Amino acid sequence: MELIKEPWPWYVSGPCIAITMFLLLYFGRTFGMSSNLRTMCAMGGAGKYSEFFKFDWKSQKWNLTVVIGAIVGGFIAHFFLSNPTDINLSTETIKDLHELGFKNVGNSLLPPELFAWKNVLTLKGIALLIVGGFLVGFGTRYAGGCTSGHAITGLSSLQLPSLIAVIGFFIGGLIMIHLIFPILF
Amino acid sequence: MKNFLKFFLVGIFFGIVLVKSEAVSWYRIFEMFKFQSFHMYGIIGSAVFTGVILLLIAKKKHLKTTQGTYLRVPPKDNGLIRYIVGGSIFGLGWALSGACPGPMYVLVGTGVFSMLIVIAAALVGTFVYGILKRKLPH
Repeated sequence: MELIKEPWPWYVSGPCIAITMFLLLYFGRTFGMSSNLRTMCAMGGAGKYSEFFKFDWKSQKWNLTVVIGAIVGGFIAHFFLSNPTDINLSTETIKDLHELGFKNVGNSLLPPELFAWKNVLTLKGIALLIVGGFLVGFGTRYAGGCTSGHAITGLSSLQLPSLIAVIGFFIGGLIMIHLIFPILF
Repeated sequence: MKNFLKFFLVGIFFGIVLVKSEAVSWYRIFEMFKFQSFHMYGIIGSAVFTGVILLLIAKKKHLKTTQGTYLRVPPKDNGLIRYIVGGSIFGLGWALSGACPGPMYVLVGTGVFSMLIVIAAALVGTFVYGILKRKLPH
Protein backbone atom coordinates (compact mmCIF):
# COMPACT_ATOMS: atom_id res chain seq x y z
CA MET A 1 0.00 0.00 0.00
CA GLU A 2 2.83 2.40 0.81
CA LEU A 3 4.30 1.70 -2.62
CA ILE A 4 1.01 2.65 -4.29
CA LYS A 5 0.98 5.94 -2.40
CA GLU A 6 4.33 6.99 -3.82
CA PRO A 7 4.42 8.44 -7.36
CA TRP A 8 4.53 5.59 -9.87
CA PRO A 9 7.61 5.21 -12.06
CA TRP A 10 7.17 5.56 -15.82
CA TYR A 11 7.72 1.84 -16.45
CA VAL A 12 4.66 1.03 -14.35
CA SER A 13 2.45 3.88 -15.60
CA GLY A 14 3.13 3.43 -19.32
CA PRO A 15 2.13 -0.26 -19.49
CA CYS A 16 -0.96 0.55 -17.37
CA ILE A 17 -2.03 3.09 -20.01
CA ALA A 18 -1.51 0.44 -22.70
CA ILE A 19 -3.71 -1.93 -20.68
CA THR A 20 -6.43 0.74 -20.60
CA MET A 21 -6.25 0.99 -24.39
CA PHE A 22 -6.26 -2.77 -24.79
CA LEU A 23 -9.25 -3.31 -22.49
CA LEU A 24 -11.33 -0.82 -24.49
CA LEU A 25 -10.34 -2.55 -27.75
CA TYR A 26 -11.20 -5.88 -26.15
CA PHE A 27 -14.65 -4.49 -25.35
CA GLY A 28 -15.00 -3.66 -29.04
CA ARG A 29 -14.42 0.09 -28.61
CA THR A 30 -11.43 2.40 -29.06
CA PHE A 31 -9.38 4.53 -26.72
CA GLY A 32 -10.01 8.18 -27.55
CA MET A 33 -10.74 10.83 -24.96
CA SER A 34 -11.19 13.87 -27.19
CA SER A 35 -14.13 12.23 -29.00
CA ASN A 36 -16.14 12.91 -25.88
CA LEU A 37 -15.98 16.64 -26.60
CA ARG A 38 -17.74 16.03 -29.92
CA THR A 39 -20.28 13.81 -28.19
CA MET A 40 -21.01 16.51 -25.62
CA CYS A 41 -21.47 19.08 -28.39
CA ALA A 42 -23.93 16.72 -30.09
CA MET A 43 -25.79 16.20 -26.80
CA GLY A 44 -26.10 19.94 -26.45
CA GLY A 45 -27.79 20.23 -29.84
CA ALA A 46 -24.83 21.22 -32.03
CA GLY A 47 -26.32 19.03 -34.78
CA LYS A 48 -28.55 21.99 -35.63
CA TYR A 49 -25.48 23.90 -36.77
CA SER A 50 -23.25 21.33 -38.42
CA GLU A 51 -23.50 17.89 -39.98
CA PHE A 52 -20.39 17.00 -38.00
CA PHE A 53 -22.51 16.77 -34.86
CA LYS A 54 -25.41 14.87 -36.45
CA PHE A 55 -24.79 11.38 -35.19
CA ASP A 56 -26.32 9.11 -32.62
CA TRP A 57 -24.52 10.39 -29.54
CA LYS A 58 -26.19 7.72 -27.42
CA SER A 59 -23.87 5.20 -29.12
CA GLN A 60 -21.05 7.02 -27.32
CA LYS A 61 -22.49 6.69 -23.82
CA TRP A 62 -19.86 4.05 -23.04
CA ASN A 63 -17.11 6.65 -23.60
CA LEU A 64 -18.86 9.23 -21.42
CA THR A 65 -18.95 6.50 -18.77
CA VAL A 66 -15.16 6.20 -19.09
CA VAL A 67 -14.95 9.97 -18.50
CA ILE A 68 -17.05 9.74 -15.34
CA GLY A 69 -14.85 6.87 -14.19
CA ALA A 70 -11.73 8.93 -14.91
CA ILE A 71 -13.05 11.78 -12.74
CA VAL A 72 -13.75 9.32 -9.91
CA GLY A 73 -10.35 7.72 -10.45
CA GLY A 74 -8.69 11.14 -10.19
CA PHE A 75 -10.55 11.76 -6.93
CA ILE A 76 -9.57 8.38 -5.46
CA ALA A 77 -5.93 8.66 -6.51
CA HIS A 78 -5.54 12.21 -5.24
CA PHE A 79 -7.34 11.93 -1.91
CA PHE A 80 -6.76 8.31 -0.90
CA LEU A 81 -3.77 6.96 -2.78
CA SER A 82 -1.24 9.78 -2.59
CA ASN A 83 1.24 10.87 0.02
CA PRO A 84 1.69 14.63 -0.08
CA THR A 85 5.00 14.79 -1.94
CA ASP A 86 6.42 17.34 -4.31
CA ILE A 87 6.75 16.41 -7.96
CA ASN A 88 10.28 15.25 -8.55
CA LEU A 89 11.02 17.70 -11.37
CA SER A 90 14.48 18.19 -12.78
CA THR A 91 16.48 21.05 -11.29
CA GLU A 92 16.70 22.77 -14.70
CA THR A 93 12.90 22.74 -15.00
CA ILE A 94 12.51 24.30 -11.56
CA LYS A 95 15.11 26.93 -12.37
CA ASP A 96 13.51 27.77 -15.74
CA LEU A 97 10.07 28.11 -14.14
CA HIS A 98 11.45 30.35 -11.40
CA GLU A 99 12.89 32.58 -14.09
CA LEU A 100 9.45 32.77 -15.73
CA GLY A 101 8.04 33.88 -12.36
CA PHE A 102 6.50 30.64 -11.08
CA LYS A 103 6.85 30.02 -7.33
CA ASN A 104 6.64 26.81 -5.26
CA VAL A 105 7.24 24.80 -8.43
CA GLY A 106 6.08 21.20 -8.09
CA ASN A 107 4.35 21.58 -4.70
CA SER A 108 1.04 20.68 -6.32
CA LEU A 109 -0.02 19.01 -9.56
CA LEU A 110 -0.77 22.32 -11.24
CA PRO A 111 0.73 25.80 -10.86
CA PRO A 112 -1.48 28.09 -8.75
CA GLU A 113 -0.27 30.90 -11.03
CA LEU A 114 -2.58 29.47 -13.69
CA PHE A 115 -5.25 27.51 -11.83
CA ALA A 116 -5.86 29.14 -8.41
CA TRP A 117 -9.12 31.11 -8.53
CA LYS A 118 -7.54 34.42 -7.52
CA ASN A 119 -5.36 34.20 -10.63
CA VAL A 120 -8.01 32.62 -12.86
CA LEU A 121 -10.30 35.55 -12.21
CA THR A 122 -7.98 38.10 -13.77
CA LEU A 123 -8.24 39.06 -17.41
CA LYS A 124 -4.95 37.40 -18.27
CA GLY A 125 -5.65 34.33 -16.14
CA ILE A 126 -9.01 33.54 -17.67
CA ALA A 127 -7.77 34.34 -21.18
CA LEU A 128 -4.93 31.81 -20.85
CA LEU A 129 -7.27 29.00 -19.78
CA ILE A 130 -9.84 29.81 -22.45
CA VAL A 131 -7.26 30.03 -25.24
CA GLY A 132 -5.55 26.82 -24.06
CA GLY A 133 -8.81 24.90 -23.88
CA PHE A 134 -10.05 26.24 -27.22
CA LEU A 135 -6.85 25.16 -28.99
CA VAL A 136 -7.10 21.69 -27.43
CA GLY A 137 -10.72 21.27 -28.54
CA PHE A 138 -10.20 22.66 -32.03
CA GLY A 139 -6.85 20.96 -32.64
CA THR A 140 -7.82 17.49 -31.45
CA ARG A 141 -10.89 17.41 -33.66
CA TYR A 142 -9.00 18.78 -36.65
CA ALA A 143 -6.29 16.14 -36.12
CA GLY A 144 -8.91 13.49 -35.36
CA GLY A 145 -7.52 12.54 -31.97
CA CYS A 146 -5.32 13.45 -29.04
CA THR A 147 -2.70 11.73 -26.95
CA SER A 148 -4.87 8.67 -26.35
CA GLY A 149 -6.17 8.23 -29.90
CA HIS A 150 -2.99 9.08 -31.80
CA ALA A 151 0.04 8.87 -29.49
CA ILE A 152 -1.03 5.68 -27.71
CA THR A 153 -3.53 3.84 -29.94
CA GLY A 154 -2.31 5.07 -33.33
CA LEU A 155 1.37 4.53 -32.65
CA SER A 156 0.72 1.14 -31.03
CA SER A 157 -0.98 0.05 -34.25
CA LEU A 158 1.88 1.55 -36.32
CA GLN A 159 -0.26 4.06 -38.22
CA LEU A 160 1.52 6.77 -40.19
CA PRO A 161 -1.23 9.42 -39.79
CA SER A 162 -0.83 9.14 -36.02
CA LEU A 163 2.92 9.58 -36.24
CA ILE A 164 2.37 12.75 -38.28
CA ALA A 165 -0.16 13.96 -35.70
CA VAL A 166 2.27 13.31 -32.82
CA ILE A 167 4.97 15.25 -34.67
CA GLY A 168 2.40 18.03 -34.92
CA PHE A 169 1.72 17.83 -31.14
CA PHE A 170 5.42 18.44 -30.60
CA ILE A 171 5.71 21.27 -33.12
CA GLY A 172 2.89 23.07 -31.30
CA GLY A 173 4.17 22.25 -27.83
CA LEU A 174 7.71 23.34 -28.57
CA ILE A 175 6.55 26.63 -30.13
CA MET A 176 4.40 27.35 -27.06
CA ILE A 177 7.05 26.56 -24.44
CA HIS A 178 10.12 27.94 -26.19
CA LEU A 179 8.76 30.91 -28.15
CA ILE A 180 5.44 31.97 -26.65
CA PHE A 181 5.97 31.35 -22.91
CA PRO A 182 8.78 33.92 -22.68
CA ILE A 183 6.30 36.51 -24.02
CA LEU A 184 3.39 35.40 -21.82
CA PHE A 185 5.20 35.06 -18.50
CA MET B 1 -26.10 -1.28 -16.37
CA LYS B 2 -23.70 -4.20 -16.22
CA ASN B 3 -22.53 -3.14 -19.65
CA PHE B 4 -21.55 0.28 -18.38
CA LEU B 5 -19.91 -0.95 -15.20
CA LYS B 6 -16.86 -2.25 -17.04
CA PHE B 7 -16.37 1.10 -18.77
CA PHE B 8 -16.74 2.89 -15.46
CA LEU B 9 -14.08 0.65 -13.92
CA VAL B 10 -11.71 1.14 -16.86
CA GLY B 11 -12.20 4.90 -16.42
CA ILE B 12 -11.38 4.70 -12.71
CA PHE B 13 -8.24 2.71 -13.47
CA PHE B 14 -7.23 5.22 -16.15
CA GLY B 15 -7.83 8.18 -13.82
CA ILE B 16 -5.74 6.62 -11.04
CA VAL B 17 -2.89 5.81 -13.45
CA LEU B 18 -2.83 9.35 -14.85
CA VAL B 19 -2.62 10.91 -11.39
CA LYS B 20 -0.08 8.45 -10.00
CA SER B 21 2.12 8.80 -13.10
CA GLU B 22 1.98 12.62 -12.74
CA ALA B 23 1.06 12.78 -16.44
CA VAL B 24 -1.77 15.11 -15.37
CA SER B 25 0.75 17.62 -14.07
CA TRP B 26 1.24 20.84 -16.00
CA TYR B 27 4.81 20.89 -14.68
CA ARG B 28 5.54 17.49 -16.21
CA ILE B 29 4.29 18.64 -19.62
CA PHE B 30 6.48 21.76 -19.42
CA GLU B 31 9.46 19.58 -18.48
CA MET B 32 8.73 17.25 -21.39
CA PHE B 33 8.69 20.04 -23.97
CA LYS B 34 11.94 21.32 -22.48
CA PHE B 35 13.51 17.85 -22.84
CA GLN B 36 14.66 18.08 -19.23
CA SER B 37 13.47 14.71 -17.97
CA PHE B 38 12.91 11.24 -19.34
CA HIS B 39 9.75 10.77 -17.27
CA MET B 40 7.04 11.61 -19.84
CA TYR B 41 8.97 10.00 -22.68
CA GLY B 42 9.30 6.88 -20.55
CA ILE B 43 5.52 6.83 -19.96
CA ILE B 44 4.55 7.36 -23.59
CA GLY B 45 7.35 5.12 -24.88
CA SER B 46 6.59 2.20 -22.57
CA ALA B 47 2.85 2.61 -23.24
CA VAL B 48 3.43 2.40 -26.99
CA PHE B 49 5.91 -0.48 -26.59
CA THR B 50 3.44 -2.45 -24.45
CA GLY B 51 0.63 -1.53 -26.84
CA VAL B 52 2.53 -2.82 -29.88
CA ILE B 53 3.21 -6.12 -28.10
CA LEU B 54 -0.38 -6.54 -26.88
CA LEU B 55 -1.77 -5.85 -30.36
CA LEU B 56 0.70 -8.27 -31.96
CA ILE B 57 -0.33 -10.99 -29.52
CA ALA B 58 -4.01 -10.28 -30.16
CA LYS B 59 -3.42 -10.56 -33.91
CA LYS B 60 -1.38 -13.74 -33.62
CA LYS B 61 -3.96 -15.39 -31.34
CA HIS B 62 -6.91 -14.13 -33.46
CA LEU B 63 -8.33 -12.68 -30.28
CA LYS B 64 -11.99 -11.74 -30.43
CA THR B 65 -13.63 -8.85 -28.63
CA THR B 66 -16.54 -9.29 -26.25
CA GLN B 67 -18.67 -8.21 -29.24
CA GLY B 68 -17.51 -11.25 -31.17
CA THR B 69 -15.47 -9.42 -33.82
CA TYR B 70 -11.72 -9.68 -34.29
CA LEU B 71 -9.81 -7.24 -32.12
CA ARG B 72 -8.44 -4.51 -34.36
CA VAL B 73 -7.71 -0.80 -34.34
CA PRO B 74 -9.77 1.11 -36.90
CA PRO B 75 -7.45 2.65 -39.52
CA LYS B 76 -7.06 6.43 -39.47
CA ASP B 77 -7.99 8.37 -42.61
CA ASN B 78 -5.15 9.28 -44.91
CA GLY B 79 -4.08 12.88 -44.86
CA LEU B 80 -1.27 15.22 -44.05
CA ILE B 81 -2.46 18.77 -43.47
CA ARG B 82 -5.11 17.89 -40.90
CA TYR B 83 -2.61 15.87 -38.88
CA ILE B 84 0.26 18.30 -38.94
CA VAL B 85 -1.80 21.50 -38.58
CA GLY B 86 -4.46 20.06 -36.28
CA GLY B 87 -1.77 18.34 -34.25
CA SER B 88 0.22 21.56 -33.90
CA ILE B 89 -2.85 23.50 -32.79
CA PHE B 90 -3.54 20.86 -30.16
CA GLY B 91 0.14 20.94 -29.13
CA LEU B 92 -0.05 24.69 -28.51
CA GLY B 93 -3.07 24.20 -26.27
CA TRP B 94 -1.62 21.14 -24.55
CA ALA B 95 1.54 23.01 -23.56
CA LEU B 96 -0.37 26.10 -22.43
CA SER B 97 -3.06 24.41 -20.35
CA GLY B 98 -0.88 21.42 -19.47
CA ALA B 99 -3.81 19.12 -20.07
CA CYS B 100 -4.91 16.90 -22.92
CA PRO B 101 -8.52 15.71 -23.08
CA GLY B 102 -8.00 12.78 -20.66
CA PRO B 103 -6.25 14.63 -17.84
CA MET B 104 -8.73 17.52 -18.08
CA TYR B 105 -11.46 15.37 -16.60
CA VAL B 106 -9.16 13.56 -14.19
CA LEU B 107 -8.00 16.90 -12.77
CA VAL B 108 -11.59 17.92 -12.02
CA GLY B 109 -11.69 14.80 -9.85
CA THR B 110 -8.58 15.94 -7.99
CA GLY B 111 -10.47 19.10 -7.04
CA VAL B 112 -9.15 21.57 -9.62
CA PHE B 113 -12.48 23.10 -10.58
CA SER B 114 -10.92 25.90 -12.62
CA MET B 115 -10.23 23.11 -15.13
CA LEU B 116 -13.95 23.28 -15.96
CA ILE B 117 -13.18 26.56 -17.76
CA VAL B 118 -10.63 24.73 -19.92
CA ILE B 119 -13.16 21.98 -20.64
CA ALA B 120 -15.84 24.52 -21.56
CA ALA B 121 -13.39 26.28 -23.89
CA ALA B 122 -12.43 22.93 -25.43
CA LEU B 123 -16.12 22.29 -26.15
CA VAL B 124 -16.31 25.66 -27.89
CA GLY B 125 -13.16 24.78 -29.87
CA THR B 126 -14.68 21.47 -30.94
CA PHE B 127 -17.90 23.22 -31.92
CA VAL B 128 -16.06 25.82 -34.01
CA TYR B 129 -14.16 23.04 -35.77
CA GLY B 130 -17.46 21.37 -36.59
CA ILE B 131 -18.74 24.62 -38.12
CA LEU B 132 -15.58 25.25 -40.15
CA LYS B 133 -14.85 21.63 -41.09
CA ARG B 134 -15.89 21.92 -44.74
CA LYS B 135 -13.81 25.03 -45.29
CA LEU B 136 -10.61 23.63 -43.78
CA PRO B 137 -7.99 21.70 -45.77
CA HIS B 138 -7.69 18.10 -44.57
